[in-house]
Amino acid sequence: MKFLSDKALTRLRDGAELPDLAGTRYRLLGQIARGGMGVVYAAQDETLQRRVALKVLEVPGDQSELADRLIREARVLALLEHPGIVPVHDVGTLADGRVFYTMKFVEGQRLDQYIASVASIPDRLRIFLRICEAVAFAHARAVLHRDLKPSNVMVGPFGEVLVMDWGLAKILACAGESPPDDAAATVWQTKPTLTPGDRPTEISAITGHGTIMGTPGYMSPEQTRGDIAALDIRSDIFSLGAVLRFLLTRTPANSQADTARMDRSLEAICAKAAAPDPAQRYQIVQELALDVSRYLDGLAVAAHRESLLEKSLRFYRRYRFFILLILAYLVMRMLLLIFLQR
Amino acid sequence: MNKILLGLFLGALLGAIDGASAWFTPAVRNQMAGIIIGSTIKGLIAGVAAGIFARKVNSVPLGILFGLGVGFVLAFVVAYVQHGYYFEIILPGSIVGMIVGYATQRYGMTPAPAR
Repeated sequence: MKFLSDKALTRLRDGAELPDLAGTRYRLLGQIARGGMGVVYAAQDETLQRRVALKVLEVPGDQSELADRLIREARVLALLEHPGIVPVHDVGTLADGRVFYTMKFVEGQRLDQYIASVASIPDRLRIFLRICEAVAFAHARAVLHRDLKPSNVMVGPFGEVLVMDWGLAKILACAGESPPDDAAATVWQTKPTLTPGDRPTEISAITGHGTIMGTPGYMSPEQTRGDIAALDIRSDIFSLGAVLRFLLTRTPANSQADTARMDRSLEAICAKAAAPDPAQRYQIVQELALDVSRYLDGLAVAAHRESLLEKSLRFYRRYRFFILLILAYLVMRMLLLIFLQR
Repeated sequence: MNKILLGLFLGALLGAIDGASAWFTPAVRNQMAGIIIGSTIKGLIAGVAAGIFARKVNSVPLGILFGLGVGFVLAFVVAYVQHGYYFEIILPGSIVGMIVGYATQRYGMTPAPAR
């Protein structure tokens, strides 16, 4: 009697876990990533002859709650057609009963890896602004991401920035609106677009009170407490603040970051975005993005009241070449006068 | 600030400084007020011209060249009227024109094209 080796057993187990794509138009190419809810594979769409990313539940069997979640994630993605959000192509059920959806295959690097090659602070801030644009769009569609972190952002080969993994996303309702009849149906296809002034309020019943979902360091205090009722777009703003701090310090949010060399204005922006009290944070993503843009343009930011010295330094930095040019002119004028006096 | 306003402001400022430097030439100290006013007006004209040019042509080298040309011509006219001090008037005047030409190309907003 022969026994199978550990290696052979692992290969067999992996083979059994592989999704059965028979009857679909997809051909499996290989595994890309594994998450808490499912596994993402690279697959070839044989009809359209293109590579796609296929997300499928990790194990076959009756996983109705997880299956609902995956379908909801696909619906959320379908709701969010934006250049900064990975588009969903298809959703369905495999022969083994597992739910799957396919999305654009993004070739690139995760932001937490990519950022090591970006030395310039303005370049890092510009990436952050692209993330803000995508998140602001989602908020305008009343969708809360709830798991914003550098590893959930991909940077493509042409610099495109994509916010990924909307598995914990939550659909919000505008203040004053009544919740849908079916509390579980958190995706509304006819959801009205929110204006920046409207702040959606939480109504979803999918995630029960007390459930903690997210990533430590990037989760807002209310999310960490599992206080689902208190979650709104300011929770994502907290996460964005933590992402911004990571981009500037290149230190993970749950470790001690060296902020000593960080510009005070940027430090103030991070602090305001990630304030423990939601009322102290930026109230909408556009406010946060505006402050970062103002910093990039060499203007004063709302999060930080500058001293006269700081104002002067900022003015000097903004018009450095011009000021040096005028000083050079004045020196030349003085030299000319001295020369002519002789 | 738009480019014409920037040129106007900068031209006037540098023109005034340029005129005020005449104080170091004792022979013309009694004409200081006239020199400062004249120099400021010269800077204003050069600044506005450079601002208008910058709105139409988007090129730093051409902007500097245009500023140099305008500054030179204006300074030459002033020196010709003064019957002297050609070098003392033309050199700084031309450099002011160059600076204003550069600044209006590099800074200041261009209005959005009308639809």
